[in-house]
Amino acid sequence: MATNAYVPHAAGYVDNEGPKIVSSRFVHDDAFLLERSLATGGYEGLKKALTMAPVEVHDIVRDAVLLGRGGAGFPAGIKWGFCPPGKWPMYLVVNGDESEPGTYKDRLLMEMDPHQLIEGCLIACYALGLSQCFLYVRGEMALAQERIAHALNEAYEANLVGKNILGTDFSVDVVLHWGAGAYIVGEETALIESLEGERGMPRLKPPFFPAAIGLYGQPTIVNNVETLSNLPWIMVNGADEYKKYGSETSPGTRLFAISGHVKRPGVYEAEQGTTTFRDLIYGDNFCQGMKGDDELKMFIPGGASAPWFFPEQVDLPLEARPVGAAGSMLGSGAIVIMDESTDAVKACLRVVRFFARESCGKCTPCREGTTWEETLLRRIYDGHGRPGDLEMLLDIADNISPGPYPGAAWEEQGVEAIPFPPKQTTICPLGPSSVAPITSALRRFRDEFEAKIPQRTSIPVSAS
Amino acid sequence: MTDTQPETEASVTIVVDGQEVAARPGELLIDACERAGTYIPRFCYHERMKPVGMCRMCLVEVDTGRGMGLQPSCMIPVAEGMTVDTQSEITKKAQDGILEFLLINHPLDCPVCDKGGECPLQDQTMAYGPGESRFVEEKRHYEKPIPISDTVFLDRERCILCDRCTRFAKEVAGDPLIHFQGRGNQTEVNTFPDEPFSSYFSGNTVQICPVGALTAKPYRFKARPWDLEETESTSVADAVGSRITVQSSRNQVLRYMGVDSDPVNWGWLSDKERFSFEAFNSDERITEPMARSGGDLEPVSWGAAIAAVGDALKNTDPSRLGIIGGARLTNESQFAFTKLAKGVLGTDNVDAQLGDGLPAELVLGLPRATIDQACAPGGTIILMGPDPKETLGALFLRLKHAAVEDGATIIEVTPHRTGLGQYAAHHLHPLPGETAALAAALVAETPALDTAGVSADAITAARAAIAGDGPVTVILGRASVAESAAVIADAALSLTSIPGVRFLSALSRSNVHGALDMGMSPGLLPGRSTLASGTANWPNTPSTAGMSTAQMLQAAADGSLDTILLLGADPISDFPDTDLAERALANATVIAVDLFETASTDHADAILPAAAPQEADGSFTNLEGRVTKISRKVTPPGTARPDWIIAAELAMAAGGDLGIESLDDVWAQIAAVSPAHAGIDTASLDANQRDGVVVEGTLDLPAASGVSPAVADAYAYRLVVSRRMYDAGTILANSPSSAHLASGTALHLHPVDFDALGLDRGAEVTVSSATGSVSLPVEPSGDVPRGVAAVPANQGDIVVGTLIAVGDVATNVRVERGDS
Ligand SMILES: Cc1cc2nc3c(=O)[nH]c(=O)nc-3n(C[C@H](O)[C@H](O)[C@H](O)COP(=O)(O)O)c2cc1C
Ligand code: SF4
Ligand code: SF4
Ligand code: FES
Repeated sequence: MATNAYVPHAAGYVDNEGPKIVSSRFVHDDAFLLERSLATGGYEGLKKALTMAPVEVHDIVRDAVLLGRGGAGFPAGIKWGFCPPGKWPMYLVVNGDESEPGTYKDRLLMEMDPHQLIEGCLIACYALGLSQCFLYVRGEMALAQERIAHALNEAYEANLVGKNILGTDFSVDVVLHWGAGAYIVGEETALIESLEGERGMPRLKPPFFPAAIGLYGQPTIVNNVETLSNLPWIMVNGADEYKKYGSETSPGTRLFAISGHVKRPGVYEAEQGTTTFRDLIYGDNFCQGMKGDDELKMFIPGGASAPWFFPEQVDLPLEARPVGAAGSMLGSGAIVIMDESTDAVKACLRVVRFFARESCGKCTPCREGTTWEETLLRRIYDGHGRPGDLEMLLDIADNISPGPYPGAAWEEQGVEAIPFPPKQTTICPLGPSSVAPITSALRRFRDEFEAKIPQRTSIPVSAS
Repeated sequence: MTDTQPETEASVTIVVDGQEVAARPGELLIDACERAGTYIPRFCYHERMKPVGMCRMCLVEVDTGRGMGLQPSCMIPVAEGMTVDTQSEITKKAQDGILEFLLINHPLDCPVCDKGGECPLQDQTMAYGPGESRFVEEKRHYEKPIPISDTVFLDRERCILCDRCTRFAKEVAGDPLIHFQGRGNQTEVNTFPDEPFSSYFSGNTVQICPVGALTAKPYRFKARPWDLEETESTSVADAVGSRITVQSSRNQVLRYMGVDSDPVNWGWLSDKERFSFEAFNSDERITEPMARSGGDLEPVSWGAAIAAVGDALKNTDPSRLGIIGGARLTNESQFAFTKLAKGVLGTDNVDAQLGDGLPAELVLGLPRATIDQACAPGGTIILMGPDPKETLGALFLRLKHAAVEDGATIIEVTPHRTGLGQYAAHHLHPLPGETAALAAALVAETPALDTAGVSADAITAARAAIAGDGPVTVILGRASVAESAAVIADAALSLTSIPGVRFLSALSRSNVHGALDMGMSPGLLPGRSTLASGTANWPNTPSTAGMSTAQMLQAAADGSLDTILLLGADPISDFPDTDLAERALANATVIAVDLFETASTDHADAILPAAAPQEADGSFTNLEGRVTKISRKVTPPGTARPDWIIAAELAMAAGGDLGIESLDDVWAQIAAVSPAHAGIDTASLDANQRDGVVVEGTLDLPAASGVSPAVADAYAYRLVVSRRMYDAGTILANSPSSAHLASGTALHLHPVDFDALGLDRGAEVTVSSATGSVSLPVEPSGDVPRGVAAVPANQGDIVVGTLIAVGDVATNVRVERGDS
């Protein structure tokens, strides 16, 4: 493996000159090498942690209110506390399967600063008393694989990973696992199945909450790459320092991956809570406005699974609670911006098609329903819609996700926000995710759909 | 509640549709509701497999304390105070929706689908479905049924992806040969290329498939379910005695289906059991009596045949007359023939076993286990017998379950690795002929030494497992007919010193256990009693024990036995020493009562056609001693008749009278002579249809014979000849779907031994013993220990029986390159 060769990061990180908790080394092209990492404070967090008792480390993470960055936004410190005491072995599994459309921030963390991730894993293992960590990296991410493998080899050699780390009696093995390229494997229980060598299909919760029954039936903590990459900084600087950034319920920073019709798309590290969508889209340090200064039509605030927002929502802060109350989610931190030129039907079809293709096929509503939604939308988009198709589409969606689906308010029309999350007849949230674009687009742009459905004119019948 | 609850068990109260219902702690909601009379629709859930919650058909609104929400009732254990609404608008809409989703890609070829009429998808659509589909797009298309094995076809268009077949294959059978492939709407069940679903248990997937996606060759397009009549019965294909339904249309049996008998087969069948009806339907059945006139067998009337055979029996000195076989018969027919021999004709030369079993006194004298006792959670199972996967399929599934799910520890004490091997914790492979020495070492108190080719460490580890807390059960049988029964008997007697040990017989031939209980063995009378102690007060009962099958054949070959009555027995195929069987039958007057002509009936002077199990009522005794009913569903072909009637008529013709005119008469007589069968009669068997009645009672154990193994020369391998599920046996040979599945004969050697001979795979070798020599192809096999040469028995192509001298403790053979 030509690992130390310089590979330009086409990745799209943009330095916005704000606080840097996880992207501090992105300015160095060689930050994936141990030498650079050590020269810039790498593994200092681990060293500090090793001087403390594991519970103290756990307490700091709990105090910092480090929210999970994989999508659900659950506080890591609390999740760690779910592991039943006295069960052995327990595992740490790192979710590096990032494949939510629009999301490309974990890839940067893995490609550009793998040592920071490894250090985060070690801190988590130390806090929880674990000795086995599995790093699951998405199949398509060859460079990330290569660099993590290289970093692990370096770290093993430097006694930062392995037996008796840095001369202490703390020992951890980290196993790197290459996925086979399936979105659903990002769902933590499907990821565990895949790690076990099975077909990646989610397990049912309950009873298969990973913290209780996870990998090989043992308690397992699954954390996202970005979540863990925060740990070294938190260990070095402490929870109070961390909480100086962001808001009370969403402290710290997050990597936001912005794509679509903006002048400067890319991955930005931004403070949660205090930054707004408007800042991100229009701010000089961020995307610098809409491409061609066109009007914003809609945006997806948290990856393809999230219900859409519209211009009225741009002043919402980047914070889980208000975004959830407004009818969507921050999810994986992927923001997709669409301007007036966007065809709402086509955008909806495109997102639904993704979920239909990526359904694992395990449960009936998702396997059959998402494809039905896709064919129906395709037919409407192609101009072959029939009267009643839209009601049917909504009803099919309702059979996947029963009841009112979360979505944004539309004050002009007196439509109120329906808070996140949706209900589901499925095993995992993938099926219901396919409903997000449908209800979002239909509530707001029903006229665009109707315009595509030919109106039946009566056929002249001549009496003879 | 339909079932009665053990009183000690606490119960949990849940509210189902407004009614309070008592549920069992830990029970799944779907089961609790069903027992309370509320059926929740389902596709993927199957009570004998782990729930997966995939199909979502069983969604109901449940409140577990956090408000009502849709939950799959097949995945939720009941909890105190749980409220369920199976009828709410939300529940109904969800069920409607799921059914519509399942139907959008379903081809609706019900008019030509074998499942139509008994299809859960049809039924539940009628009961819970939306009534009309709104789907106007093109359906998913696949090539119409593709064969996934020799017997099973898969129509992927019909499949609703419920994971039942795939879960069965992986979790129940342990043959993960079918899988989900593809994603989303393109997900399908399939095999991997060139790896067919060749599982001994494949037919179960056809039975549990909730649609017509899986079909089995023997039944495809044969009938519509509404034309079928059925009756519950017992499988006679092996000694497990699995419960089945026999389904027929127009006086022809078309299908056996597994019935869930909790103590026995849990609804599963091996394919051998499932498809054995094909043989009974075969055109090759003997339909009228035949007698030899000149050189050929010619049809004769029953009157003439009975008179002639009666004469022959009457006119033979009882000491020069023998009866071989009877394991294929019902209990009642076995009793009738025992009484004919031991009560009327006055001979004790009766043996239902063909030299491939174990001493009857041993099987009846050992403390016996039921299958449930053997499979007790946390128990230890010593497998000292044939490969149950090959010979007792449904028992294999129970044993595997015990090991995988219930923490039972399996110790293999077999000449080579078996199908249970991958679930076993200990693998002890004693050299053939030295099994008794190993058994003695397992129970000895002194430090273990290397014994019978097994290391001291392995013995010590197995001893620890035997000394564990759980109950210990020995699955006991003859793993190889090239090792004498005396060796296994001595080994079993050693193991009786394990505290609390029980034995489950692994004799596999059909109703052999009924035959032993009915006294079809030298020295025995019905009811697990001996000539000396027996209560039978028959006129001509002999006072001394007669000859075994081996002794009878030897006597016939020597000219000191004149007449042999074969009861559904084919010694030439099944007796270990083929040569002796040939000489014996050539020398004697042979009368056969059988369903088919066999290698042995070629020597017959008269053949009387018998009714098959599906053609006559009766009962069966399985390897536990469990007696269950066999039910008649169709009439026998031609003039074939039940065996017990043949016995009664022969008794008359021979100048006696069995006093039997009905099955009730038989049971009345059994009750009179057998305390072990007390309380069993046709009425009690009807009342206990499903689970039957277990016969109790025991004999004194025989003494150990103290055999010591033959000494081998330096070149010798020890021969192992063991049964496979598919062989050239009469029933299989006459089943079109199974006949070609026999593996064929090949010699299997440990890879190191194989390499030492410098051979290529499949090369021809000559195997010679003291009694004969055969040429056959050779294959390396990691399952075979060094120094052992293993061949399957009775494959129909190469006769390996000529290598075996009956009575030899073990069979030493030489293996040389090339054919002889
Ligand atoms: C359909 C689906 C896809 C997901 N994909 C990812 C993913 O690519 N990466 C990820 O970290 N989490 C993903 N998740 C979330 C994980 O299940 C899990 O919540 C997360 O890895 C937990 O880590 P965290 O607590 O650190 O956020 C996905 C969830 C669902 C339902
Ligand atoms: S909702 Fe879709 S992706 Fe999730 S388990 Fe069901 S079929 Fe698989
Ligand atoms: S073939 Fe039948 S049993 Fe197998 S998954 Fe399909 S519907 Fe279920
Ligand atoms: S029966 Fe419960 S999900 Fe299928």
